Amino acid sequence: MFASLPPIVLLSLSVSSAALAIAAVSGVPLGARLVLQPLPGQRWIVLLIYTGMGLPPVVVGLFVYLLLSRSGPLGWLDWLFTPAAMIAAQTVIAWPLVVGLTMTAVEGVDPALRLQLRALGANPTQVMWTLLSEAWPGVLAAIIAAFGSIISEVGAVMLVGGNIEGRTRVLTTAIVLETRKGNFELSLALGGVLLGLAFLSNFLLLRLGRGIVR
Amino acid sequence: MSALYQLTGVQQVYAGRAVLDIDQLTISPGEIFALVGPSGAGKSTFLRLLNFLETPSAGAIRFDQRPVPSPAPLTLIRRVTMVFQRPVLLTRSVQDNVAYGLRLRNGHAPLAGKVREALEQVGLAGLARHPAHQLSGGELQRTALARALVLDPEVLLLDEPTANLDPYNVGLIEAIVRAQNRKRGTTVVLVTHNVFQARRIARRVGLLLNGRLVEVAPAEQFFESPRDPRTVAFVRGEMIY
Repeated sequence: MFASLPPIVLLSLSVSSAALAIAAVSGVPLGARLVLQPLPGQRWIVLLIYTGMGLPPVVVGLFVYLLLSRSGPLGWLDWLFTPAAMIAAQTVIAWPLVVGLTMTAVEGVDPALRLQLRALGANPTQVMWTLLSEAWPGVLAAIIAAFGSIISEVGAVMLVGGNIEGRTRVLTTAIVLETRKGNFELSLALGGVLLGLAFLSNFLLLRLGRGIVR
Repeated sequence: MSALYQLTGVQQVYAGRAVLDIDQLTISPGEIFALVGPSGAGKSTFLRLLNFLETPSAGAIRFDQRPVPSPAPLTLIRRVTMVFQRPVLLTRSVQDNVAYGLRLRNGHAPLAGKVREALEQVGLAGLARHPAHQLSGGELQRTALARALVLDPEVLLLDEPTANLDPYNVGLIEAIVRAQNRKRGTTVVLVTHNVFQARRIARRVGLLLNGRLVEVAPAEQFFESPRDPRTVAFVRGEMIY
């Protein structure tokens, strides 16, 4: 089992990193935009996003499973039980967290700044990026919270990935499997690796975040 | 001299209530015009319209002989800039704050010389690398003034720029504004409830009450022989509002 650990760690990291990247690239600007240019029905949109922040991963897994199953609307993609399906499911989990917490972070920046930036000649996109840089600690917290949520979830990747050895097995699904088999020492070791990985990833995200700001 | 700004029948309505209603007003290039009035008279709304950050609900604004389109293009907005009563600076160094507007326009072109010049102008060259959020109130406002002056705007709009400052900083900021007007020909529009400040620096003064212009006159006439009794009361500090 220990020999198969590196590919499992690598897959865990690559699936969660890809999902996080998709959620961050699309979710951070959207979160800021929703604060700066509210849409019609904004209250309902915000309610939906906040509800999404608490979505149970297993429900997301079921939803994505049905979408990607052979008879589902996206069955033609043939993604079920592949890392692509796992990335899709984790993106759905991470996205509302990134959008919702980015909104909160941008709302925390002094609203008077927006008008002052416009008076200095900033266009709407420049205003948005400046506010994001001012809200960066909160935005970084959003990204870290989303990463913590998806690297540690098991329900969604289990359902859409299937825990296939060498193909879709990640740390969390491996822990479930080994625990069921009674290999508690191995499960604990895998749990330790997962915790270490989460610590290291968050440490790197924080360092990277500070580097971007300075 | 032809007008820089020409406002005709300009109205601004928020939630069904007209907060500004100006029949006619012209502002000439290179002048210092002060609009005085009590809090809530519509002075800040007036400045936002002159900065083209808002579109009037009715009426027309002409700038530099041309009607201002709605929404105003960025090139037009960038000919004007504003200093606010409560400046909000970015959580960066003083020099990065001053460079902000220049970077919006010039990307990563070398700007250090212009930024240093603007900081020297406001007496803050020694604090260039200082974090902006550690500045005192007067330093904060002078940094805000520097980030506006560095853009070398055609029009400098000042929204109660010294309302919360000590006499030293008030004097300093007024001197900087006068120098900018004299040396660069920058048109200055100041809104304030401080009639003494208006008298010290403006060449023409207007009184705004409940969104309406009561009287506009050269500074000396406005303070020495106002025509409207409401101007008399406001100048003497006898107006109850």
